[in-house]
Order: sequence, then structure tokens, then C-alpha cells
Amino acid sequence: MENKILILFAHPAFEKSRVNRTLTKNLHKIEGITFHDLYEAYPDFDIDIKKEQQLLATHDLIVFHHPFYWYSSPSIIKEYLDLVLEHGWAYGHEGHALEGKYLMHVITTGAKEETYCAQGRNHYTIEQLLTPMEQTASMCNLNYIPPYMVYGSFSIEQQKIEEHRKQLENFYLDFLNGNLNLKNFQGECDINTVLNPKTK
Amino acid sequence: MHDGGFLYQAFIYLTAAVISVPVAKRLGLGSVLGYLLAGIIIGPFVLGLVGEEGQDVMHFAEFGVVMMLFLIGLELEPALLWRLRVPILGVGGSQVGITTIVITIIGIAIGLDWRPALAIGLTMALSSTALVMQSLNERGLMKTEGGRNAFSVLLFQDIAVIPILAILPILAQNTGSSAIEAHSVTWLHMVPLWGRTLIVIGIFGSIVIAGRYLITPIFRIIARTRLTEIFTAAALLLVIAISLLMMKIGVSPALGAFLAGVLLAQSEYRHELETNIMPFKGLLLGLFFIAVGASLDLHLVANRPGLILELVGLLIIVKFFILFGIAKIFGLKLDNSLLFAFSLAQGGEFAFVLFSYAIQNNVVQREIADILIASVVVSMAITPLLMLINEKLIQPRFGTKEKDEKPQDDFRETNRVIIAGFGRVGSVAGRFLQANGVNATYLDLDPDNVDLLRKLGLKVYYGDASRYDLLEAAGAKNAELLIVAVDNMDKAAAIIETAQKHFPNLHIMARATGWENVYDIIGHGINDVYRETFDTAIKMGSDALIKLGHRSFQVTRAAKRFTRHDREALFTFAKNHETDKNQLTQVREHIKELEERIREEQLNSQKNKDLGWDVTSRIKSSLKNGNQKSDNS
Repeated sequence: MENKILILFAHPAFEKSRVNRTLTKNLHKIEGITFHDLYEAYPDFDIDIKKEQQLLATHDLIVFHHPFYWYSSPSIIKEYLDLVLEHGWAYGHEGHALEGKYLMHVITTGAKEETYCAQGRNHYTIEQLLTPMEQTASMCNLNYIPPYMVYGSFSIEQQKIEEHRKQLENFYLDFLNGNLNLKNFQGECDINTVLNPKTK
Repeated sequence: MHDGGFLYQAFIYLTAAVISVPVAKRLGLGSVLGYLLAGIIIGPFVLGLVGEEGQDVMHFAEFGVVMMLFLIGLELEPALLWRLRVPILGVGGSQVGITTIVITIIGIAIGLDWRPALAIGLTMALSSTALVMQSLNERGLMKTEGGRNAFSVLLFQDIAVIPILAILPILAQNTGSSAIEAHSVTWLHMVPLWGRTLIVIGIFGSIVIAGRYLITPIFRIIARTRLTEIFTAAALLLVIAISLLMMKIGVSPALGAFLAGVLLAQSEYRHELETNIMPFKGLLLGLFFIAVGASLDLHLVANRPGLILELVGLLIIVKFFILFGIAKIFGLKLDNSLLFAFSLAQGGEFAFVLFSYAIQNNVVQREIADILIASVVVSMAITPLLMLINEKLIQPRFGTKEKDEKPQDDFRETNRVIIAGFGRVGSVAGRFLQANGVNATYLDLDPDNVDLLRKLGLKVYYGDASRYDLLEAAGAKNAELLIVAVDNMDKAAAIIETAQKHFPNLHIMARATGWENVYDIIGHGINDVYRETFDTAIKMGSDALIKLGHRSFQVTRAAKRFTRHDREALFTFAKNHETDKNQLTQVREHIKELEERIREEQLNSQKNKDLGWDVTSRIKSSLKNGNQKSDNS
């Protein structure tokens, strides 16, 4: 196994989320993936900074997997960033712990893809809305990879969710086995397009 | 008329005190002047209600000075004493040294031999510990720079008495036979000086050891009897025993008691000792001042008023300017320098002892000594007036009113939190505070518990927190928080009542063991009530839900919601709660309350929807009418 993946999963009402339960159901079984359920681990937001830094340091790809709330992540991810990405560790003159690693998002949204554009009701593209995260990655010398998107979770059929799950799992497996150069994804608006040009 | 027995004497002294002190205080003169005036009035030269026995009373009452120094010592930990070493040795040393030299020179100048002149210089350099400390305390000036330096000087003077007593016999003009007589009470008069020093050091060493390994266990045994009067007796016994021991080795009992107090300052019985000895000290000091007043030989003053007046004036002026100069050299500001100089510019009670000793040793002639003693008494009587003049006339005029900018070391406890009861609840709360850099003063009633905690290195004091005086000794006047964590709920109520009555500044937090205590505590107007088992029970329920597969974040939120509702319900029920119903009705009502609470909780959980996170309703509606909103999944 060449690479290791850390999935930082955040959903405050996971038990009620149809899409995410399906997407994540096999992840903990895959060797090389550490599936880390943040709300379950830190129900009172008391994040163990040292432990989280150690997890980050021992993985190659860091995935923030969460629903899209108010054009951003659930609050625990903000708390996580605020606490774990310490100066002198993640960034700053002495902070090189994350250098060269990859960072990406897996995001589920209620709304459909076409609403995320200048003419749509959400006005901005996902790429634009994620610029704070992109800049965070850049501050920490992380290679930022475009997100994997699952749109329209209000109305998506179960079969479609299963397809997403498989595609995502295969993506992870390819990376774990060293068959993917993630740098090839950089510059795209999401990685779904690259993985499966037909869906577009 | 003087021999009416003990009760008669007590009646006279107490009447004089009870009448004159309130009058003096009302006139703004302070209690010391009141006592002195009372003494002069009942003394042999005015009303003649007390006579020669006044001298005996004075000797007896001098014990009040010993007690006062013991109490001062108790409030002064060794570390603090060490920090005071510069004012004690520097300021005190220069005051005694310079004053002695100047007065000796004056003595020689007016025709005395250098030996009596030196004896007089040494004696007159000393000030009155009792008078100054009482006056400063009463006016709340002990914490000022001036007050603290005055205290340091007095401390040095108390120490200086020991070598002075040793020097006086050497100054004897002829090799009189009576020289040793006065000393014959000590055990050590045959031992050479170096041996004496060794013995004194050895005895202080054994007091240190006894304080640590003997006195505390003894007090613990006594405390276990729960008889307050026996504790008081033991406290008195301790002070008296130390005084006797000190006199036997030729050390001033006041100084000995002071050092013993310092050594016991870290004992857990410190506050309890303070509380028990305080009233005796007050009464005896009062008695002492009355006796000083009564001993003023008005005949002598009346016969040679000019001479006495000159001597008093000279004494006060010489001492005042030396003190003022020293204060300035040591960097005190003007108002503190004035306070310092005015308060110490008199002769002291040591003069009575030292002059009689000097007479016995043929150092000073009796006629001279008598006149000087009268001058000392007059100078003492004038001191409260001088301090009053300083306070009312001089200070306002020079009106700088330079306040001490830096926070002063208080001799007393200064913790912001007092924790009553150091058991299962108090100890955890206290440890948590300590872990976050907040020290608390702990009070506990169980001597064994106190002992155990002391061994663990915690500053716990033995004492009943429902007593006003003990709370005060623990610093309740300046503290902000009182945590009542005792398990005896009657005691808790008593503590709360005492604190609310005397220390409205304290914010009270209270532990409750059962539901009826909760209502009782809320009934006292206290909102910060803590049911000792509630949080544990909720935690258990939460963990059970998590074990059953519930998401821990949801369980955490549910627990918080449940706690909030329960608390609201508690306060609602407390309002309607009537304590005079019989036990059965109370229990029945409580069960009804519980049922109501559970029903309410169920109702709430049905309404519970996880706000923005819960999309179940959204999915249905969006599937129905195809309408999408942006921000959920």
C-alpha cells in the first residue's frame, strides 16, 4: 500500500442522512482509509489537538467529507481547522507538517448542480464558494484537489447514490494503490467530471 | 475600698471601659485614649477606685500584648516575615540605634554619667507595641506603607529588648550585689552568653518541631471532642506555656509568642486559634491601657509639671524627627512618613520593665527613673492625640493623600474563594479551581479529614464555617465567592444564613444532597444550587443511550436540553413548594412533580427537530413540489 487516506467526516445528524449513510457505508472496511467521524468523536467539540495532528501527519490524502451548510461546512470542521492547524505546525516559518500532502472535499448538497452558477439561485459556483478552503490549503503547503460533488440530495434516487458510492470507492482505491496522480485533477472544477466524463 | 475582692475590681475596670471607650470613640479619639482616660479617672489620683494593685493588674494585663503578638504572628507566615527583613533590620535597626545615640548624648550633655545615659537612651528608644498596633489596627492603617514599617520597627524593638536586658547589668555603676536577683527567675543565669544563645536557638528549634509534630495532633484530638470551650482552653494554654518558657530563658514573652505564632501560621488550626484568642486579647489590652492610665503618678506630674512637660516634649520631638528622617531615607512618601513618625514617637511599656531592672542593677537612680516613667506614660497618653492631629489637621493640609499604588501584602487570607466543606464535592471543585490557578481557602469541620488533606499538601483549615468570626478570619470580607459544599444540610443552611447576614459581598454557591434541600436553598434566594447526584445520573443515562447506538452528538445535546428543562421545572416547583406540609404529602407531591417532568420531557422530545440539520421534512416536500433550497443535504 503506497498511500493512506484520512476521511474527516462531519454530519451532525448523520443518522438522518440517507445520502451520506450510503456513501460512507464501506469506507471503514477499506485498508489504508481512516474513517474519522468528528461529531461522534467530539460530541462536545473538545477536539484532541495532538491526536488530530498525528492523524494528519500520518496520511497522504486528507478528505473533508460533509454536507454543504450555508455555503460552507458544518461547524465542527471550522472548529477543527481553528484548533488543529496550529501556527508553527501547519503553517508559518516553522510549520511544514502538512507540506506536499493532498486536501480535498466530498460534498453533498440539497440543491442541484445548475443552481450553483451566476444565473442560478445560489449565484456562485462551488469552486468560488470553496476558495477559503483552497487558500487554507495553500497556507499549509497542501496540494488542493477539486471536490467530489453529490448534488441534489433531496431528490436523488437510491440507485444514483450507489453509483456515486462506487465511483468514490474506486477513486480511493486507485489512489491507495498509487495508480492516480492527483495533480492531474488540479484546475478542474470538480473531480466527478474527470472520473466519469459521461455524467456531464 | 480597694480590697473589695476580684468581682469588685472587675466591676470597676469593666464599668470604666464600657463607659469611656464608646464615649471616646464617639468623639473620634479612638479606643486607646478612651481606655487611658478611664484608667486615669479610676486611678489613685482622681477617684481612687483602684490603688496599688493597679500595678499587678498591669503586669497581668501585659499578657494582652503577648496575645496580640501571637495573633500577629499567626497572620504572618515565615515567607512573609522573610520578605519584611529589610524594614525590620534596616528601618528598625536604624531607629533604635540612632535614637539611642542621640538620647545618650543629650543625657551626657545635661550632666549624667555615660552609663545611665546609655541605659536611658536604650530604654527611651523603644515605643509602645500595644498602643501603636491597637491604634493602627483600629484606624485600618496597618496595610499602609507607614503602618507596615511601624510594625517592622516594633518587631525589631521587641527583639532588641533581649540584648538590652543583657547589657543593663554591665552598665552598673558599682558592682552591686543585687544585679543578678532580677534575673534569678531564669534558668540560664549561670550559663555563659554563648551557651545561652545556643539554648535559646535550641528551644526555638524544638518549638518548630513541636509545632509540626506535637501541637497539631493534640489540637486534632481536642477538636474531635467538639467542645469549643476545651479548644479555647487549649489555645490559651498554648500561649501561656510559650510565655512561661520564654521568660524562663530570658526572652521577651511577647517576642516568643510572636515567633510561636509565625511557626503556627501554616497550621490548619490557625483560624480557629485566632478566633478563640481574639476576645481575650482585646479585653486584656483594654485592661492594660487602663492600668497604664491608672499608674500615671499625677502627684509627680503635679509637683514638677515643667520638668515632665519638657522631658515629654523633648522625647517626642527627638523621636519624631529621627523617625521622619529614617522614613524619608527609606523612600516612604510624605503621608506615610508622617504616619510612621507620629505613631512611634512615644516611650513604650518596656520602659516600665527596663527602668525597674535598671534600678535593681543600680544603673539608674530611682528618682530619675520615676520621673522618666511618668514622662513615658504621658507620652503614651498623648500619642493617640498626636495621631488624631496628624489625621485631622496635618494630613488634609499637606493633602497629597498619596495612596499606596502597589497592592499590599495582606497579613490575612486574601483568596477570592472560600470553600466550606472539603469532602467529595468541595475537594473536586477546589482541585479544579486550583488547576486553573485560583486558590481557595478551605474550611472543614472534620479534624481527621483536615489532617489527611494537609498531608496531601492542601491548605485546609479546621473550623465551623457557620460561625461569623471564623468566616471573617477566613477572609470573607474580601472574598467574592463562598462555595458551600458540606454534606450536613442543617450546617449548610446555617452557613448560608451567617454569610448572607454578615457578608452580603459574597456570592453563594451551594450543594444540595436531596430534593427538599434544593427547595430550601432556593428558598434562601440562591440560584446556584447543585444537586450532587444529578450530573452523574445524566451522564449515566447518556452513556447508556450511546451504548444502544445513538449518535453521541445527539445524546450530548439531548442531555443538555433535559438538564435545562429539569432546572426550569425545579425553580417553578420550588416557588410553589410549602415546607410546612407533612412528610407524606411532600413525598406524594414530589412523585407528582417527577411524573409531570417526565411527561413534559417526552412532549419536548417529540417537538425536537434538529433545526437546520434535519432534512427529513425537506426531502418529502421537495419531492412533492420539486422546489429546491440550497443549503442542505
